[in-house]
Amino acid sequence: MNNTLLEVSGVSVTFDGFRAINNLSIQIAEPELRAVIGPNGAGKTTFMDIVTGKTRPDEGRVIFGEKSVSLLGMSESQIAQAGIGRKFQKPTVFEAQSVRENIAMALRNVRGPFDVLFGRKADNREDRIREVSDEIGLTNALDQQSGALSHGQKQWLEIGMLLAQDPRLLLVDEPAAGMTPAEREHTTDLLVRAAKTRAVVVVEHDMEFVRRLNCKVTVLHEGSVLAEGSLDHVTNNKDVIDVYLGR
Amino acid sequence: MKNTFIARNPSVLWFLLALAVFTVVVTILSEATGFGLISTSFLKTLGKTLCLCLVAIAMDVVWGYCGILSLGHFAFFGIGGYAIGMWLMYARTEGLVQVSLQSAALPPTPQEITDAIGSQIFGVVGSSDFPVIWAFSHSLTLQLLAVILVPGLLALIFGWLAFRSRVTGVYLSILTQAMTLAMSLYFFQNDTGLRGNNGLSGLQNIPGLEDRSQAVVSLWFFWASAVALALGYVLFAYVVSGKFGSVVRAIRDNEARVRFLGYHVEQYKLFIFTLTAMVAGIAGALYYPQAGIINPAEIAPIASIYLAVWVAIGGRGRLYGAVIGAALVSLLSSWFTGGSAPDINLGFYVIKWTDWWLVLLGLSFVLVTLYFPKGIGGIFDALDRKRMGGDAS
Repeated sequence: MNNTLLEVSGVSVTFDGFRAINNLSIQIAEPELRAVIGPNGAGKTTFMDIVTGKTRPDEGRVIFGEKSVSLLGMSESQIAQAGIGRKFQKPTVFEAQSVRENIAMALRNVRGPFDVLFGRKADNREDRIREVSDEIGLTNALDQQSGALSHGQKQWLEIGMLLAQDPRLLLVDEPAAGMTPAEREHTTDLLVRAAKTRAVVVVEHDMEFVRRLNCKVTVLHEGSVLAEGSLDHVTNNKDVIDVYLGR
Repeated sequence: MKNTFIARNPSVLWFLLALAVFTVVVTILSEATGFGLISTSFLKTLGKTLCLCLVAIAMDVVWGYCGILSLGHFAFFGIGGYAIGMWLMYARTEGLVQVSLQSAALPPTPQEITDAIGSQIFGVVGSSDFPVIWAFSHSLTLQLLAVILVPGLLALIFGWLAFRSRVTGVYLSILTQAMTLAMSLYFFQNDTGLRGNNGLSGLQNIPGLEDRSQAVVSLWFFWASAVALALGYVLFAYVVSGKFGSVVRAIRDNEARVRFLGYHVEQYKLFIFTLTAMVAGIAGALYYPQAGIINPAEIAPIASIYLAVWVAIGGRGRLYGAVIGAALVSLLSSWFTGGSAPDINLGFYVIKWTDWWLVLLGLSFVLVTLYFPKGIGGIFDALDRKRMGGDAS
């Protein structure tokens, strides 16, 4: 791949003797939509933790962007500013604040405390907020407390906050969990559209949802890549069948 | 800008109006200007209460808005008091020494004057040398700077170490409490150079204002406290509203998520921690000249815990809640413990409020925490919602 955005190579991480990630190598291009699947404990969430700086690997390299910056020495906030956004499994929007405040906080903008306090360089906010809220279908709810939103709406708000950050790489953890079929469809559309201009990595359990994403799939098992390719390709792979059905 | 600020903070105008009316009424009723219905000692109590309200809103910002339960902000308050107290003691003693040395046969040398001041101030701890930390005590300007800079620097260094290591929640509270305890023990020592457990006294006598009566001086301090509270309220309302306030409240609710949005959470916490410590220092510098005395017991951990109790009872996360809590509880406290509250005779037992006030306070803290987590300020929220609901329908 010549337009690689994220390159994870030879990464291992051990928690109290348990090898959560074992010599993992993944490459993500820009733009690309990628689904990561695997049974519980395969290391999907740990993979995201490593890329976003929450967990430091014992060995290996994580390189981002055309300047090949190593993400390993950077803090979570520096990595976020470099252009990596993350959506958690449980919707984590700031429930005590309005939808507008949530989006405004995420907008790609100055991040330093003094800049934010005195409102420096904070321009064209309102139309950017509108743009995002239109995209996620929450324009009518802009002034609502986000704690009052439905579960699905909270998930969208969080995706909207990711879009507002304008990252080059989006890591999305189980976006469809607990959604109605109609909400799932909307979510699929959102992710597919977002992946037209940037890299989107979706971790998902639900095969039906992955099928609808219609993209390259990486199967993780015991902390390393078991198979990679189209969904049909990996579901016909013998190792994958053993892992998913054999136990 | 002004318009949106007021629109975001409707409580600011109401608060400033109430404070202005209160100040004018108290001034008219005071001994210095007219009716004398408010005694000078009660005027001092009111002035001190305004200072406590100021430190309470600082506590509310750091705890109620930013989620850092600091059990050290009353220590910053005390340090502010000590900083101004050093100048007050030095300058007043200098005046007294010069008067007494005037009758000497030879004019005194500067060294003699310094020695005389030193033995006057430090005689109680068996010393007459000036400790290093008194180096600037002759200068009002420098000590006023110390009122802000010493608490600010302490908070900056402590906060940097604590936040950088990502100490949060109860662990951070315990750490701040340890800092406070260490500080008060340090101040208790005679060697520290702050007169040990005697503390600094005679602070109500302001050098240069000897010919003014205490009634007048107290009124000036009352005004200064009111102005400081008003400015502090506007400052903090500005800080906690708008996008900065949005980030600060988000840090309180989910620090990790804010980090993944790209904000340096530690910088924000450090800013809030340091700014509130500086305001606490200013509040203390206005409080202790009205109290007249400061000693290390004032900065013991229990004082900071009381501060948290006031804010909890008044209502966390709303500035006027902190003001209500601090004013109500501290005034009630001085009423109950001052012996003016009537004892209740149950026949078999007499409830003496001087003993039972703390029980009552503790009980109300538990009840508020369990049943009214929004405190007294929550009542206003409920009223507001009712009115809004009425408008909508």
